[in-house]
Amino acid sequence: MSIVDVRTPDPKRFIPGATGDWEVIIGMEVHAQVLSNSKLFSGASTEFGNAPNANVSLVDAAMPGMLPVINEECVKQAVRTGLGLKATINKRSIFDRKNYFYPDLPQGYQISQFKDPIVGEGKIIISIGPDRQGQFEDVEIGIERLHLEQDAGKSMHDQHPSMSYVDLNRSGVALMEIVSKPDMRSSDEAKAYMTKLRSIVRYLGTCDGNMDEGSMRADVNVSVRRPGEAFGTRCEIKNVNSIRFIGQAIEYEARRQIGILEDGGVIDQETRLFDPNKGETRSMRSKEDAHDYRYFPDPDLLPLEFDDAFVEALKADLPELPDDKKERFVRDLGLSVYDASVLVSEKSIADYFEAVAEGRDGKIAANWVINDLLGALNKAGKAIEETPVSPAQLGGIIDLIKAETISGKIAKDLFEIIWNEGGDPAEIVESRGMKQVTDTGAIEKAVDEIIAANPDQVAKVQAKPSLAGWFVGQVMKATGGKANPQAVQALVKAKLGIEE
Amino acid sequence: MTDLTSLTIAEARAKLAAKEITAVELTDAYIGAIDAANEAINAYVAVTPDRAREMAKASDARIAAGKAGALEGIPLGIKDLFGTEGVHTQACSHILDGFAPRYESTVTQNLWNDGAVMLGKLNMDEFAMGSSNETSYYGAVKNPWRAKGSNMDLVPGGSSGGSAAAVAAHLCAGATATDTGGSIRQPAAFTGTVGIKPTYGRCSRWGVVAFASSLDQAGPIARDVRDAAILLKSMASVDTKDTTSVDLPVPDYEASIGKSIKGMKIGIPREYRVDGMPEEIEALWKQGIAWLKEAGAEIVDITLPHTKYALPAYYIVAPAEASSNLARYDGVRYGLRVDGKDIVEMYEKTRAAGFGQEVKRRIMIGTYVLSAGYYDAYYLRAQKVRTLIKRDFELAFHAGVDAILTPATPSSAFGIADEDLASDPVKMYLNDIFTVTVNMAGLPGIAVPGGLDHKGLPLGLQLIGKPFEEETLFKTAHVIEQAAGRFTPTKWW
Repeated sequence: MSIVDVRTPDPKRFIPGATGDWEVIIGMEVHAQVLSNSKLFSGASTEFGNAPNANVSLVDAAMPGMLPVINEECVKQAVRTGLGLKATINKRSIFDRKNYFYPDLPQGYQISQFKDPIVGEGKIIISIGPDRQGQFEDVEIGIERLHLEQDAGKSMHDQHPSMSYVDLNRSGVALMEIVSKPDMRSSDEAKAYMTKLRSIVRYLGTCDGNMDEGSMRADVNVSVRRPGEAFGTRCEIKNVNSIRFIGQAIEYEARRQIGILEDGGVIDQETRLFDPNKGETRSMRSKEDAHDYRYFPDPDLLPLEFDDAFVEALKADLPELPDDKKERFVRDLGLSVYDASVLVSEKSIADYFEAVAEGRDGKIAANWVINDLLGALNKAGKAIEETPVSPAQLGGIIDLIKAETISGKIAKDLFEIIWNEGGDPAEIVESRGMKQVTDTGAIEKAVDEIIAANPDQVAKVQAKPSLAGWFVGQVMKATGGKANPQAVQALVKAKLGIEE
Repeated sequence: MTDLTSLTIAEARAKLAAKEITAVELTDAYIGAIDAANEAINAYVAVTPDRAREMAKASDARIAAGKAGALEGIPLGIKDLFGTEGVHTQACSHILDGFAPRYESTVTQNLWNDGAVMLGKLNMDEFAMGSSNETSYYGAVKNPWRAKGSNMDLVPGGSSGGSAAAVAAHLCAGATATDTGGSIRQPAAFTGTVGIKPTYGRCSRWGVVAFASSLDQAGPIARDVRDAAILLKSMASVDTKDTTSVDLPVPDYEASIGKSIKGMKIGIPREYRVDGMPEEIEALWKQGIAWLKEAGAEIVDITLPHTKYALPAYYIVAPAEASSNLARYDGVRYGLRVDGKDIVEMYEKTRAAGFGQEVKRRIMIGTYVLSAGYYDAYYLRAQKVRTLIKRDFELAFHAGVDAILTPATPSSAFGIADEDLASDPVKMYLNDIFTVTVNMAGLPGIAVPGGLDHKGLPLGLQLIGKPFEEETLFKTAHVIEQAAGRFTPTKWW
């Protein structure tokens, strides 16, 4: 693999050191667990959370004479992901054995793809921002390759005073290793890359993207250099399992390397671990201790081959991806780029929004989803999957506003009631008397009373008509917010003799 | 009453069908023979008399009900490499101590589905690595053949030495075997039996302990060509559990026995005339040529120019795959475990104690040739050689050759604990010189007895065929068998 620097050094991203500016270079290898019912080479279940060693077939336990048989669904998932990354799909790829000893690796080798991966070069567009001017900057990050491989089992060292326990449930589960090019130049870019990659696989349904369950984890390669100079020596930070930690690990590691270089030292190529408690990386093994994996083509498996029709069929069924969705939201629904970006950031949010926007005004739906729903979720620390307000309920609220049954202000109250108590929006409005008062007689009475009680204000308004709002506010207050604000406004102006 | 153990499978099949004998009688005769002989021959490492009688009883019931399978009531020995449910499956290695799988290999299941009876598990070189059956953890197998006027114990060949010896000594009607570099054909040649390694992919490897996955192939060892054809028909199948098995219908191999070879083109490769080859082997080869000519075949000289590279390339590819295949024997899940202070020491002690010297040697060679910096020079090069060897054969077949005749081995059986061979593993490896090319090319090859040498020991001829044209080999081997006769050792045990 030849490493090409495709980026122009950008001072915005430089890290100031004691002796001048530095630039950080980041590349990532992301392991994404393939969504499939059974493992890559065996029929055992992939269900998460089962009792230890419940999901283990004879193949997974590497009993003598057992042979791997490729799971076609996992191949399809890898191809779908490749298509989502706008990557070259290799119609012929080869499974290799990566040999090493570990108790949670029953075969003594991991079946992976080394020289001939199923997916070749592709790209991901990440969006950095918004900056102070509210602008986003799109950056293209190159994908080097994607290959399929087996996950290992799990060793548990804390279950017995002198022994380790092994759980093979995960042994043989399919992983996609997605390798980026060293195209990232800041921890923000790295975080945006991981976020976007997770979003893409979730849209595709090829990985659940749940980093806390280990479904996605990243090995982060970090090096630093003087802007414009050749790449420096890199360190690989293994198995970082949250987007926040990716950022922290890079920040720490870049600083560490800059410190060493500024003190006249050299960086040792090594594998490091990120300690989230201390927020630092520490050495795991040096290059000299690196394994010799003795890769060679797995003789139990023929080369993996499929034709154009196989790829085309998958392409035809591909769901809309975040970039396309964003473009459509802006183009067809008239949303701002910012709003569209927020809404497509997670497939679950986009799905929610589309359910609300269906048959309604897109912009209004976007405002409600972004400002009210996401705001409330954020405040409550909940994910969209846990929302107490369903798209149908939020849609109902919007419909009531549109029908002028309730005012915007009442709608906020209604939202809060549904958030806390649930229920049908129309029924709640009905039963709790939240309907907007459009009866001109009742409103007129209220307006008359306010005008009569506030002669000083009347005088002020007549001098400065823009103060009419004060009367509107008073009327709304007097009617418990149920008066139709347009009607109130019109009446106030008419009664005070202010020109429209 | 004739000795039931002297019946071929075809003969026993006829008597069973005619209800002249019962499967239980036949099985009992073999169990008696094993009891009497196994201490001397050491062909079986596990005998399963209870299961055998039970299976035989079920066979008799099926015969009575008119539901006999193709191998109904035929007692077979099974090489210890085949997974047999609940029964000793240890590849004759210390490291698999006590291992009996919960599964049945596809090949043996096919045999049981056809009504065959299992007598027990047969001795072999440890993990099928060896050409003399001396690397077995369970000790050497003695060849039922002895040189004229000699009491010296000879090897039966390997790795399927137990299979060949059991068949030759009438301790089973037929046996399963496997062949990675000659492990069916060389022992067959050493014991006057018939052994066929079918085309790679013809028999499923599922449930068979792996040695070198791209070369391993199961096949039968039998008393004669017809029996070998009968057995292979039952063993072979396509298997979704082995993606290297091939989805082609299994022909009725027996139907090819007795068919004419008139007009067939038999290739004689000049490269198989190796230096220092005994006169007798040369003579045997000429005799084979003469027989086939008499039967109407056309003899043509051919060239397989990359033959000389086959053995060295084989001893890179096979150990490389083995070094990886044998990594699973780590003391963690099954078989032998020797405790250590930590996991690494446990691995080291277990593997040091569990593997024999030859297995360790091949793991070392395999690990070396796959190492960073050596991979291209050894493994990759060996794979290129393999492609060239395969092409040599393709060119010969493309030029109209139907089968190739060669000697099966460069000598007859040698002595157990031969000092000359023990001192130099490469000399032992040279036993495979005529057979490895066939594995490297994935072709079918059959060894058929051609005669006895001056010591009175059997010598074999080998026929090599086109992919999945085992029928050609059976009919041609049968011609040789008709001319050469069959060979049975004089009982000394």
